[in-house]
Amino acid sequence: MSSIKVELHENQVNELVEVCKSFSNDPFELIHVLHKAQSIFGYLPAEVQEIVARELKIPVAKVYGVVTFYSFFSMIPKGQNPISICMGTACYVRGAEKVLEEFKRKLAVEVGETTKDGRFSLNCLRCVGACGLAPVVMVGDKTYGRVSPDGVQEILAEYM
Amino acid sequence: MDKINLIIDHKPVQVEPGTSLLKAAQQVGINIPTLCYLHLEDLNIENKPGGCRICVVEVSGRRNLAPSCATVCQEGMVVKTNTMRVLNARRTVMELILSDHPFDCLICAKSGTCDLQKTAQDLGIREIHYKGEQSHYKEDRSPSIIRDMDKCILCRRCEMMCNKFQTVGALWGINRGFTSVVAPAFEQDLVKSTCTYCGQCVAVCPTGALTEVDNTNQIIRALANPKKTVIVQTAPAVRAALGEEFGMEPGSLVTGKMVSALKQLGFDYVFDTDFAADLTIMEEGTELLKRLTNYLNGNKEESLPILTSCCPAWVNFFEEYFPEMKDIPSTARSPQQMFGAIAKTYFADKIGVDRKDLIVASIMPCLAKKYECQREEFKTDGNPDVDYALSTRELAALIKQSNIDFLSLPDADFDKPMGESTGAAVIFGTTGGVIEAAVRTAYEVYTGKTLERISFEELRGMEGIRHATIDFNGLPINIGIAHGLGNARELLESIKAGTCNFHAIEIMACPGGCIGGGGQPLHHGKSGVITARQKAIYQEDLAKPIRKSHENPYIKELYTEFLGEPLSEKSHHLLHTHYFDRSKVKVVIPKTK
Repeated sequence: MSSIKVELHENQVNELVEVCKSFSNDPFELIHVLHKAQSIFGYLPAEVQEIVARELKIPVAKVYGVVTFYSFFSMIPKGQNPISICMGTACYVRGAEKVLEEFKRKLAVEVGETTKDGRFSLNCLRCVGACGLAPVVMVGDKTYGRVSPDGVQEILAEYM
Repeated sequence: MDKINLIIDHKPVQVEPGTSLLKAAQQVGINIPTLCYLHLEDLNIENKPGGCRICVVEVSGRRNLAPSCATVCQEGMVVKTNTMRVLNARRTVMELILSDHPFDCLICAKSGTCDLQKTAQDLGIREIHYKGEQSHYKEDRSPSIIRDMDKCILCRRCEMMCNKFQTVGALWGINRGFTSVVAPAFEQDLVKSTCTYCGQCVAVCPTGALTEVDNTNQIIRALANPKKTVIVQTAPAVRAALGEEFGMEPGSLVTGKMVSALKQLGFDYVFDTDFAADLTIMEEGTELLKRLTNYLNGNKEESLPILTSCCPAWVNFFEEYFPEMKDIPSTARSPQQMFGAIAKTYFADKIGVDRKDLIVASIMPCLAKKYECQREEFKTDGNPDVDYALSTRELAALIKQSNIDFLSLPDADFDKPMGESTGAAVIFGTTGGVIEAAVRTAYEVYTGKTLERISFEELRGMEGIRHATIDFNGLPINIGIAHGLGNARELLESIKAGTCNFHAIEIMACPGGCIGGGGQPLHHGKSGVITARQKAIYQEDLAKPIRKSHENPYIKELYTEFLGEPLSEKSHHLLHTHYFDRSKVKVVIPKTK
């Protein structure tokens, strides 16, 4: 059993069970299921992984193995507005690191953390496939291109 | 299909299609080093992730070196296994592995039997040219197994045994890159995982990353304490394997030498778990017949099959995964625990020693026995029936520490009364043995006739799941046998689905049964070692003057003097147990083939 105890909403759990069903509870669909699970809960706490394991009939150690392998999956709750900075080659050479530093400074969090008010979380990812717009920042599903450190405040303001 | 012809190190080789380069090379006497690769042929167990790259070879026409374990032979291939390029690559791989491995070989529990150490020696590594970060993990101690992941080389053999063979699912590779490690879910300790302590991860670990809890010092201390009477019991599978620790051929029976060694170590009485195995047959066999009779008389509340309960990893397994079926296994305690219960009551009274001053040690081929003897239900006022369970390997270590020249020891006999046993008890050490022993007794008790042939060849073998029908004087008794928890799961699922028509099922957690237990001398991937031990066990059975448990005179005496009869109130109290729902995560893992 997991040491961290999280209260899961019943309707969310039911939704997850339905998601598993929609993939025929096929263990080979684990990554897809986790992807959907993360979009339901915002993150993948141990309890969610245990439900996925139970539904797909696989060991929870295997689910945890996959969750920890892919940087996309997180066991820390995401903020209401998850910020992802692309650190792919194109974005990196066009100054993504400086943009990241500015986000860290403005939000007072490190990569992988969530602000105290739960409003923002900060993460890096590798290439969103929009290299022409480098450097790229995503907030939730919205994409911002050609972001400069000066533009960071303007992006954050949209969500304040 | 036509055979494949190729050339390895200038030698022509002909192999079946699908053969790996590694196996083809072995056919012509070329032993390519391996680390992650593991193949127990007679047991159909294989680990072939192609991850360590120690087994690389040069294949003409191929730009890169090929991992020989995972490369299939093709017609006309020309392979070189010992060119300078190959040797340099292997050394580089080994140096990189060692650059993140502790250097405490001299005091490591696996020293001398470590595959990593041996391979590094064989490759002639004398210097590590790479310096980098070192992994550090918290040591994880369970009642049976110690995980020291600083020593893990990510071969994934343990993961394969735990998941594919045992379907226990306690261990899995987590994280990526440098932080990769094999761990239970959420990196919690083994005690919080679904681990059954079968010890098969320890049995295949090529390094000191997975080892057993060492109880040798407690034994040395107990033996040195004049206030304590220290007695020992030895499980049947130990005598068929202990000799290997002293350089003897696998399959050498060393019963007499083992008893001599234990006497020389200073145990006050050297007894045999086989005595308790005979007792198990009396209790379990009677329970089988009682349940069978109830069932045949149409008692709707009686359910069959009855499942054996000698194997502690198997008990842990069904308590974890099939708690709803916990009423099906026999309530008979394992022979180790029956021995402890009788030793600390009947025998303690006989010699006039208080149970607190009687130390019961057991030598077991098993690591789950260490956990079993610590279970609360096997204690009286906090005092355990069995104080310490040591593995076969630990006994060998004790013998070596005590300057005993094992090979030159004369044969000695077990002490009486709890050292006397029958051939039926000896075969408890192998898959199929417990049920064969039960059949020998149950047949004669049920039919009132004497068995014409005592050996039941139809129950023997190495197949993962076996079945046979034994004629009980016109009544066909269907018997199932499984070894390996993945095979056990398959049988349990069929019981659950109602598609199973067995009356009795024997289950052992380890490959081959106790002879392949997690506490046995390491087989280093050679399944022939396990089959040789099986032969030795049947050989000992044949040599025994008495081969049926109910004919053991000391068992008869125990019932007359103390227990009354099988399933008596006293028997129930001392020799039977109950099971618990210990399921942590309600997950059912299907067996992968």
